[in-house]
Amino acid sequence: MSEADSDHELIVAELGREPTPAEAALFENLWSEHCAYRSSRPLLSAFESEGEQVVVGPGDDAAVVALPSYDDTSAGDRDIPEAGSNSDVYITLGIESHNHPSYVDPFDGAATGVGGIVRDTLSMGAYPIALTDSLYFGSFDREHSRYLFEGVVDGISHYGNCIGVPTVGGSVDFHPDYEGNPLVNVACVGLLNEDRLVTAVAQEPGNKLVLVGNATGRDGLGGASFASEDLAEDAETEDRPAVQVGDPYAEKLLIEANEQLIDEGLIESARDLGAAGLGGASSELVAKGGLGAHIELERVHQREPNMTPLEILLAESQERMCYEVEPDNVDRVREIADRFDLGCSVIGDVTDGNYVCTFKEDEQDESERQTVVDVDAEFLGEGAPMNDLPWNEPAEAGTELPEFDLETAFDAVVGSPNTASKRWVYRQYDHEVGVRTSVPPGDDAALIAIREAECGLAIAAGAAPNWTAANPEAGARAVALENATNLAVKGATPLAAVDCLNGGNPEKPDVYGGFKGIVDGLAGMCAELSVPIVGGNVSLYNDSVSGPIPPTPTLAMVGTKASYEAPPLAATADEDATLLLVGDDALEADSFALGGSEYLVQQDGTDRFPTLPENAPARLEALETVANDDSTLATHDVSHGGLAVSLAEMVTETAGLAVSIETDSPAGALFHETPGRALVLTTDPESVRATFDGVAPVASIGATTTDGTLSVTVGEDTLERTAGEISERRSVIEAELE
Amino acid sequence: MTVSVIRFGGSNCDRDAVAALEHLDIDAEIVWHEDGLPEGTTGIVLPGGFSYGDYLRAGAIAAHSPILEEVREAAKNGVPVLGVCNGAQVGCESGLTDGVFTTNESARFQCEHVYLRVERDDTPWTAGYETGDVIEIPIAHGEGRYEIDDDRLTQLETDGRVLFRYCDADGTLSAEANPNGSKHNVAGVLGDHETVAVMMPHPERATLPDVGGTDGQAILRGFERVDRQ
Repeated sequence: MSEADSDHELIVAELGREPTPAEAALFENLWSEHCAYRSSRPLLSAFESEGEQVVVGPGDDAAVVALPSYDDTSAGDRDIPEAGSNSDVYITLGIESHNHPSYVDPFDGAATGVGGIVRDTLSMGAYPIALTDSLYFGSFDREHSRYLFEGVVDGISHYGNCIGVPTVGGSVDFHPDYEGNPLVNVACVGLLNEDRLVTAVAQEPGNKLVLVGNATGRDGLGGASFASEDLAEDAETEDRPAVQVGDPYAEKLLIEANEQLIDEGLIESARDLGAAGLGGASSELVAKGGLGAHIELERVHQREPNMTPLEILLAESQERMCYEVEPDNVDRVREIADRFDLGCSVIGDVTDGNYVCTFKEDEQDESERQTVVDVDAEFLGEGAPMNDLPWNEPAEAGTELPEFDLETAFDAVVGSPNTASKRWVYRQYDHEVGVRTSVPPGDDAALIAIREAECGLAIAAGAAPNWTAANPEAGARAVALENATNLAVKGATPLAAVDCLNGGNPEKPDVYGGFKGIVDGLAGMCAELSVPIVGGNVSLYNDSVSGPIPPTPTLAMVGTKASYEAPPLAATADEDATLLLVGDDALEADSFALGGSEYLVQQDGTDRFPTLPENAPARLEALETVANDDSTLATHDVSHGGLAVSLAEMVTETAGLAVSIETDSPAGALFHETPGRALVLTTDPESVRATFDGVAPVASIGATTTDGTLSVTVGEDTLERTAGEISERRSVIEAELE
Repeated sequence: MTVSVIRFGGSNCDRDAVAALEHLDIDAEIVWHEDGLPEGTTGIVLPGGFSYGDYLRAGAIAAHSPILEEVREAAKNGVPVLGVCNGAQVGCESGLTDGVFTTNESARFQCEHVYLRVERDDTPWTAGYETGDVIEIPIAHGEGRYEIDDDRLTQLETDGRVLFRYCDADGTLSAEANPNGSKHNVAGVLGDHETVAVMMPHPERATLPDVGGTDGQAILRGFERVDRQ
């Protein structure tokens, strides 16, 4: 029996009758993989999502986390707040994928992805203050990948810039297996306080349901079910109607209207309209409160004539919010919507019965009103059966190393689009609006000033397709450690994270095995680091005629620190400075694993994935301490592209680096990508050694020069590259696309 | 004194402008365009953003908002007016200043820090600098290329109404230092009165010390200087 048939039997058994066409369509969408996580939820219990800082965990529109209070910094130099000393300033964290729409229509697909996650932020009562975008495309040398890449960046730039939310970070990766199915994962951080918090839990029967925002049209019909199957060969033409078109101007008005509604305390609960449109948002809202609703569908403000009740219920028209409002406050809500030129309709009531939608046509009288939906909201929202799917343990490749030539390898890895500068991308994003951005994109983590809580919030986001393709579980552990390291090198303590888990068709046991691997890996390392995963998103069926994507666990992690400052990434010439490489156990043992490295991707080889350190929390703590020390001149995480790329990135026209590394394996030393390491430029190497004593190895590998040249001696080999040469190699994306 | 920061639908640098002015101890408030100019406004900021979503043409619709009539009237009476980014586009579209700001040479949005050369130091907006000073201010725009016909540009330059030009770190004007292809590297101009100025770069983003540079502070202090006059 097919899934559709068995679902149908279950629905008939519950209702005691055949579902109406509108009910059948609601179930099809809300019980889809995209909405109900049927194949992934059995795995997601692996995640630890609790912590003293967590105010609202997974399951609402966005997670809510309390920022620490830095008033009492009695814990010493590290300015670490006492455990449990939460301030009443909160942030929201949310992440969303918009993968299939971005393949079919990259500009609108990516733009509406931004819009969706921003509204998830609004519905918690928060004001959006930062976005990150993690993007994954097929090989950069393919024309089609470039078309998608340019369209997606243009869409994000258009929408994000217009709504005035800075895009402060993210990641861009290229891998041949994204050719037929790119990924667009957008995360949003919002700001609120204890008093402003709103949830998606309906509160009280008798309250009104009010729809505010854009008028409803026939766009984006069936988007949730479209996102829950493989992309067909003709998807670009056939599935275009399932892609929504965004209007960032309306979104900006909605942001400001929402802010005023929250200011005036007019909202009892809220949910944004996303997948499965009004039907999804309104039924989930009342289901969470254990309540029901009566909605009169013809009251919805529409922009197309003759819409059927099913279309009104399921259209995914953008820039709409569903609010629960006390009857006495409805007029004021309408006034505020009017002020911002937004549509507003009172569509029904919260009840303590079923979730009921009725409809009558304009000319009909009330006696002809038909009931088109009458189901238990909780059954609709939570009743989908879970899938128990078979899976195969992923196999790791053996070791086959290419011939090593230092100059060829260095130029290939430093000039790879994966490790290259992403300036072409973030220059198109307004990353400074809001005047909070103290460390802009291009560094290991962004840092934004939360003056309301007197703390800096560091944000890092990304995954590593080469790592998780080589070994899903170890690769995902490495992704978690890498994001945390990006925060630590800027002196921040990890606070919480959200994940966006992207996989191929879960009905294929190999694909599902890889997906299970990234869930376990991410969950394992985050638990080890005591970083709660407070929310996330799952996107499966990222599969096309060109095969499944690499399992891709995008993580967006935030951390806090007592200041708005961080050491820079770039070196400054200082004759008293020493360049240290901290945390490189492989160099200490002179034994390297190159699996998943950009070097092996460029030079066609395979190897096992590196072993990660066992004391990751202690290493991060030591890195934080060093990053916040006055004698530290620069810090840079070492990961993608290995030590070679990190060194290249630190060199400037006025500050060169002279580096010497003793090893019998130059390829391994320069290009292994084990995370949890960093380069530290310091005038007090002894204090760094003391901090890392008993924690991790510290190697003194060089000093600064004033000639703007990177000189590397590694084993018997030497290499020299000027800042100009490096910069030219690193600007491959800009050079190709301008 | 209270500076009115005019919020149109789609303005998004209005809060930033208030935060920057208040950091300088200049009172400022956001004014919704439909509510009209408050009595006793001592200065006006037309802030950045995407008024009306930049539909039709950047700044074109906001320029026809009734409050612009009041802004023009106030400007005539000597109330200082500063248009920044989208506000500069609105300023040009509404006739407060000459020329237009149109699509960047790159045809893309550009967010980056640029250098500006101060062209004269005897206006309220530039009295805190010396002529020839080089200041670092961020830009963030897709339509910032200054365009004007040659005769009017000559007139503008003869009148000394060019306030800032894009330059290198050492103050040299060049094509490389011109981020958007603006004619004669023009980044900001005065209107008929020296109390009215528009510019594409964002001084309010170079004012708060905790997020980088402070080179923009002296421009915003122009509101104090006019007030004292």
